[in-house]
Amino acid sequence: MTLNTRYTTPAIVLHWLVALLVFVGFPLGVYMQDLPLSPTKLQLYSYHKWIGITVLLLAGLRVVWRLTHRPPPLPDSVVRWQRQVSAAVHGLLYLLILAIPLSGWLMSSAKGFPVVWFGVVPLPDLVGKDKALGDLLVGVHQALNFTLLGLVILHVAAALKHHFIERQPFLQRMGWNKQEQL
Amino acid sequence: MKPIIRYWALLAALATPAAHAVEYQTVLPRQSAIGFEFRQMGVPVAGGFKRFTTQMRFDPAKPEAASARIEIDLASIDAGSVEADDESAGKLWFNRSAYPKAVFTSSQIRALGNNRYELRGTLTLKGKSRVMIVPVTYSPGKNVATFDGVFILKRLEFGIGEGMWSDVATVANEVQVKFRIAASGK
Repeated sequence: MTLNTRYTTPAIVLHWLVALLVFVGFPLGVYMQDLPLSPTKLQLYSYHKWIGITVLLLAGLRVVWRLTHRPPPLPDSVVRWQRQVSAAVHGLLYLLILAIPLSGWLMSSAKGFPVVWFGVVPLPDLVGKDKALGDLLVGVHQALNFTLLGLVILHVAAALKHHFIERQPFLQRMGWNKQEQL
Repeated sequence: MKPIIRYWALLAALATPAAHAVEYQTVLPRQSAIGFEFRQMGVPVAGGFKRFTTQMRFDPAKPEAASARIEIDLASIDAGSVEADDESAGKLWFNRSAYPKAVFTSSQIRALGNNRYELRGTLTLKGKSRVMIVPVTYSPGKNVATFDGVFILKRLEFGIGEGMWSDVATVANEVQVKFRIAASGK
């Protein structure tokens, strides 16, 4: 059982990069929107958008990688309904890390502010300036984000439960340590 | 020359000179526009002013005698978003309660050839006056001529965006101003 109990290294690197960016981008998005207009606010919005576009890019890579590389099998202790929920949650998480940055990009276009990635790479506007659509997309972006928050909590709780409560070697599936300690 | 031919020649001569001796004076606000574009965090943001009045005289035969005066109502700004429109009224930006208007008055017009002109004049904004040199292209039309110009305005020269906003890494100093003035002749 020392083979194939860990995701491939690129999958692990991409997982933690996206996790890190989401854990920075999400609270930034919540914090920045109620600030009064200031240079700081403009900077934070730009950083948030740069993070989002980076997530979109990495999420695209992850989907391609996931479709071409099998994840390690789940331990036998994981029962059937848990496997089904796990598959659904993972599918939704993949969907959301694509849909959330896309909804943000759409929102930015609709609000009339093109996205310039890292202030250097101008991205095309996905829709024309449209105030009503922009306001609608704010709601969509927020709803998707809070769905993501709920699923991430579930995702982390499940991994911790399998690892610490069921005492299955679970966390190293996404861990750095290549040495298996079974 | 037979009288009848002389008659037609005279008629033709009377019909054409209007194209030469026209002086454009009546500005058509609906076909005229003043817009601008600036960069914030590297992102181009477009805006403009909806209300402005223009007084002008322009005779292509005597361009040096031309003049223009444009008054812009700063409250008619579109700065890209409602939040920015509101912010622009404040003391750090236009300080609009003290300086509600921007005024441009021409002082000199020089023909550059090919329907292009160099317009020199004074722009007064937020109590500060600066001489601006604006290239203008004249496009003659059947009844309406248009005058198009683009120039770069440095906002900090007029104290537009002071204090925390004076950091040009966030909001660039250069603002590209674009205008089109349409006028009919008499």
